[in-house]
Amino acid sequence: MTTTAFDPHATGLAPADVTERRLIDFVVREARLLDEKRYAEWNLLFTDDAYYWVPLTPDQPDGIEWTSHLYEDKLLREIRIERLKSPRAFSQQPPTRSHHLLQTPTVESADPASGTWVVRSEFHYTESQGDELHLFVGTCFHHLVLEGGSLKMKLKRVNLINSDAALPAVQLFV
Amino acid sequence: MSLAEPTTAGRTTADAASRHPDAGRPGRTRYRDNPEAVLALVQPDRVHRDLYIDPEIFELEQQHFFANTWNYVGHDSQIPKAGDWIRNEIAGQPLIVVRHSDDSVRVLMNRCAHKGSRLVSAPCGNTGRHFRCPYHAWTFRTDGSLLSMPLKNGYEGTRLHECEAAQGLATVKNVRLHRGFIFVKLNDAGPGFEEYFGDSLSSIDNMADRSPEGKLEIAGGCLKFMHGCNWKMFVENLNDTMHPMVVHESSAGTAKRMWLDKPPDAPKPMAIEQFVPFMSEYDFFEKMGVRVFPNGHSFSGVHFSIHSKYSAIPAYEEAMLKAYGPERTREILSLVRHNTVYYPNLTIKGAIQAIRVARPIAVDKTLVESWTFRLVGAPRELLHRTTMYSRLINSPFSVVGHDDLNAYRGIQEGLHAGGNPWISLHRNHDPNENGLQDLTCVGTSEVSMRNQYRAWSRYMTLTM
Repeated sequence: MTTTAFDPHATGLAPADVTERRLIDFVVREARLLDEKRYAEWNLLFTDDAYYWVPLTPDQPDGIEWTSHLYEDKLLREIRIERLKSPRAFSQQPPTRSHHLLQTPTVESADPASGTWVVRSEFHYTESQGDELHLFVGTCFHHLVLEGGSLKMKLKRVNLINSDAALPAVQLFV
Repeated sequence: MSLAEPTTAGRTTADAASRHPDAGRPGRTRYRDNPEAVLALVQPDRVHRDLYIDPEIFELEQQHFFANTWNYVGHDSQIPKAGDWIRNEIAGQPLIVVRHSDDSVRVLMNRCAHKGSRLVSAPCGNTGRHFRCPYHAWTFRTDGSLLSMPLKNGYEGTRLHECEAAQGLATVKNVRLHRGFIFVKLNDAGPGFEEYFGDSLSSIDNMADRSPEGKLEIAGGCLKFMHGCNWKMFVENLNDTMHPMVVHESSAGTAKRMWLDKPPDAPKPMAIEQFVPFMSEYDFFEKMGVRVFPNGHSFSGVHFSIHSKYSAIPAYEEAMLKAYGPERTREILSLVRHNTVYYPNLTIKGAIQAIRVARPIAVDKTLVESWTFRLVGAPRELLHRTTMYSRLINSPFSVVGHDDLNAYRGIQEGLHAGGNPWISLHRNHDPNENGLQDLTCVGTSEVSMRNQYRAWSRYMTLTM
């Protein structure tokens, strides 16, 4: 890396510091933390009341009245992360690897006055385990806020193009 | 597949199959038209691996077993208005389940009477007063009868009117609704609906009775999780109470361990309430009890279950008391069954208003659909609890589901090993249990599986 050593956990940011470049870097780094399996660091990128959401249909209005593939608060994300450390996570023998391929994210909305931004990214997400490989395609929305001078996700919503299709086990984090 | 099994035990199957005149001849099959060989796969306390891994057995199941049994095809709340339809498939045959203009539910073959094109291809829709074939525009009423075809005079003087084509769509005669649950039996052979399900229907009744209005509505969407295993591994597992504390240690066990650090008065999140009981001790599951019925049906959780200790929702209890009075409310809410298996394709959780439907695709491929219900007249929190349960346990992203599927796939592969072609179902086997109409056992007994395979033998060979 020869460009700015961007730190997704950077502190001391004011709304005016949140440039398009910084927003894009956040999304790119977030995906990289996942693919490097730095899950504890990844989980710090959420606000305490945030949700990580993979809805069942692309236009699904909520994650409460409708079931979802995944609609996880801090506790559920922690359970998921802790489980992966267990020697008895039998479905992870051998461990799955993940890869996010992102198109350049776009800033869909920016409201520095309230300190909220929405960034949209098109992605190809791949999981491989042993000789198997599964590809998932879709659009991801990062709802970001400034909290204590740091950018944080209040919501990460992942719309798979085939969210309502029969899916195989998806074991890591899209 | 070789007829010779590398073992001294369990020669029965190979012997029966080799007695068949076609056995071993090139291009001939081992089990087709050979009910004796099929019956030899099931012994009172164990079953042969070919039930799970032999492609011919799978074909025969589609042809005989699934056509001879009552299978669930949907809930009538999915098709409330005339012309509403859903698509389904039973025994490998494409079906349309439709609300006819007289308000009855009809089940039709999704196959144009003309050249065989399917009539509808979306998962669901409304067709108005008739179906119109997208190929040559023949139209059919929602009871299947032929309405019209273009250039009708082209058929004058032909044999069309003596043939099936003029009769309209093939219809399924054996269709029955119970509290909105729609079941079909494609063949005429075998028992009628009441005889087939008997007292096992009390689990569906209990789920519907949990609505203050006695009514269920499909809500919340359908999770579809593709399983790389035979359908039987999934269905067996629903009343297998010896696996949760082993298979789910990494998920439910982690949740339990993480919650131990919290202060004792901390409010327990719903997710913790739902995860932690999976880690109950053997003793808990033993005392829970399992009850079996003729024709393969069963439920675990006779006395209590992993759903018994969920926090009360006061507004719901008020609504129930108002609708039913204290005695009946207590009666309804004290039945907290675990999984009820409506053999072969439906499994329900009345206490949490979630169902799972097994859709066999191939010998080693099964689609598991998870549907959730709204209790009509109950507060929304009930549906929220239901959708959360379904997502935590049944989603393709579920950490509980991942380890279940890993176990099923492990069996699918392991069964190809030489040395032992049999699956042991000996736990708590009692030679006298065969033939008993209604039997309650310790919850950790494998009686539900033995009971399933007794029914399997019967319906598999009924029309052979």
